[in-house]
Amino acid sequence: MKPFPKITSIITPFDKANVDTDQIIPKQFLKLITKSGFGKFLFYDWRFDQNGNPKNDFILNDSLYQNSQILVTNENFGCGSSREHAVWALKDFGFNVIISPSFADIFYSNCFKNGVLPIILDIQEIHKLLQFKGEVELDLNSQKIIIGDQSIDFDIDSHRKTRLLEGVDDIDLTLKEDEKIEKFENNSFIVTIF
Amino acid sequence: MTETLFEKIWNSHVVVERENEPSLIYIDRHLVHEVTSPQAFDGLRLNNRNVRRPDLTIATIDHNVPTTDRSLPMIDETSSTQIKTLEKNCKDFGIKLFGINDPNQGIVHVIGPQLGITLPGSTIVCGDSHTSTQGAFGAFAFGIGTSEVEHTLATQTLWLEKPKTFEILATGKRRNAFAVTSKDIILSIIKKIGTDGGTGHVLEYRGDAISDLSMEQRMTICNMSIEAGSRAGLIAPDSKTFDYINNREYTPKNFDELVDSWKDNLMSDSNAKFDKSFTIDVEKIEPQVSWGTNPAMVSDVTGTIPSPEEFGQNNEIQIESAKKALAYMNLEPATPIVEIPIDRVFIGSCTNARLEDLTDAAEIIKGKTVNSDVNAMVVPGSQMVKYEAEKLGLDKIFKDANFEWRESGCSMCLGMNPDILKPGERCASTSNRNFEGRQGSGGRTHLVSPVMAAASAIAGHFVDVREWS
Repeated sequence: MKPFPKITSIITPFDKANVDTDQIIPKQFLKLITKSGFGKFLFYDWRFDQNGNPKNDFILNDSLYQNSQILVTNENFGCGSSREHAVWALKDFGFNVIISPSFADIFYSNCFKNGVLPIILDIQEIHKLLQFKGEVELDLNSQKIIIGDQSIDFDIDSHRKTRLLEGVDDIDLTLKEDEKIEKFENNSFIVTIF
Repeated sequence: MTETLFEKIWNSHVVVERENEPSLIYIDRHLVHEVTSPQAFDGLRLNNRNVRRPDLTIATIDHNVPTTDRSLPMIDETSSTQIKTLEKNCKDFGIKLFGINDPNQGIVHVIGPQLGITLPGSTIVCGDSHTSTQGAFGAFAFGIGTSEVEHTLATQTLWLEKPKTFEILATGKRRNAFAVTSKDIILSIIKKIGTDGGTGHVLEYRGDAISDLSMEQRMTICNMSIEAGSRAGLIAPDSKTFDYINNREYTPKNFDELVDSWKDNLMSDSNAKFDKSFTIDVEKIEPQVSWGTNPAMVSDVTGTIPSPEEFGQNNEIQIESAKKALAYMNLEPATPIVEIPIDRVFIGSCTNARLEDLTDAAEIIKGKTVNSDVNAMVVPGSQMVKYEAEKLGLDKIFKDANFEWRESGCSMCLGMNPDILKPGERCASTSNRNFEGRQGSGGRTHLVSPVMAAASAIAGHFVDVREWS
């Protein structure tokens, strides 16, 4: 995974609550066996009509937001199915940051595994961001979002932050604990299936 | 120090624990299916890694499988590729696969318990959010993404932040234990605590109204924990739990010894403190029907479709969601629930397609015929459920009533196989999610219990199943 960079981007205001992963990436696109190429199916049923033509009133079809890396949305984003394809689709489409008052647990965790930064902010700050036009600067290291002449601080678990900044592979890190895993296996009573 | 059941399970699985960091937790059971695993196996190959514990891992094919005649070739090539990919991955990495023609094939959360693989006190993961189903056995069972599937395959562990605990106390006695089901209990709970009420928490369902339930009914409750946003849901094991596990194909050989230790340890201490608590009196619960596009948008069967303002109660976001939901569902406020006509009925899914679900539904339809405007189908949760149901003659009852009787799989719960709703079709479904397009693009889902689904199939609209005769 690549180290998480500083980001300068406009915001895509996506003022919806309870956006479930079935909407982010509908089931008909879960049959691919690779991790790439999901971006074109992002929000498919909201983005395209029944003939596959883009719907003009859907924000992601607005060329203004074409290069946006930051999606600002409302509460309980990513609820429902555990499908990591939802994060792959958002990332492939170009979003590196999702900002919301709250996230569903599995989606939140899936973000970090793919170099996507989920940020939780108060609803007042979300409203501020939803209304802001123009580019914002986002720095994970200092945990700051600069909007115009204002700055918004955000919290993030320090462990997760380090992993994102360094682009660490989780499995590599865990394998360094191999002795402890082995010790656990030797000392605990593990009931095998077969 | 007093502990909750969840904390006991957590503490006995900690491999690495450091202050202010996630803990490394050992995983006792890993269940794999075709949709969320191909990229994980690819990752292993790319990095030259092995599966650490094939003896703690099983796989099955459920999401994509056709529920029609399996001797015929599959029409959908991408589904077929995904299935073949899992077959190859299991062969290459030495994982036991319950494949498409195996008598033990079925929805992953149905076969785990039915094979005696799901055990109390264990940690269980699967790349599927409804893994929470297996919490009914007093296990910490939760859904994970594909990266975590890969991580579990490689290390048999996961880095986790310790979830908080949430007690759901269900008191009282159901007024009509046949017509008011565990599905109605869990829908009532989600209606009250909301789709994110459980976020960051593990729910423990407790109280007489929970002890009163059979294992299969408990699984329905734990299954839908994720619809309240929670990491997992669990129920302390008791004699019903142990009886259910006994004498299954993979029941551990030292079962009696295990039961002794489970009996003594696997319960929340009497003074244990939960981070949150919610009490519900099941005596007041009626049969439930969802009317919107998330599982908290639910009404009593004797009720009416609420207005967005009534539903949202001054919360702008909720009011907007309800407006959008009613437009999608093509429903008007104040419409009585029992006057909503339906086009399709789906009895299936990891929520409600076990033997008891089918037995109860069959009881409702015996000697009756599906309404001529309705197309109804039954998709058993596993081939074993199907076999047992056929031994009882349930297939005949369903077929005589004009229900389609299918092979097992996830089917129209998420419509990854050919079983989908057409745009605009309205379905009474025993599944778990009524999201937009979940059962097919433009399809409209109403979540209900198996008995409600069965009665609605006959009547052509929702009915108060307590008055069914």
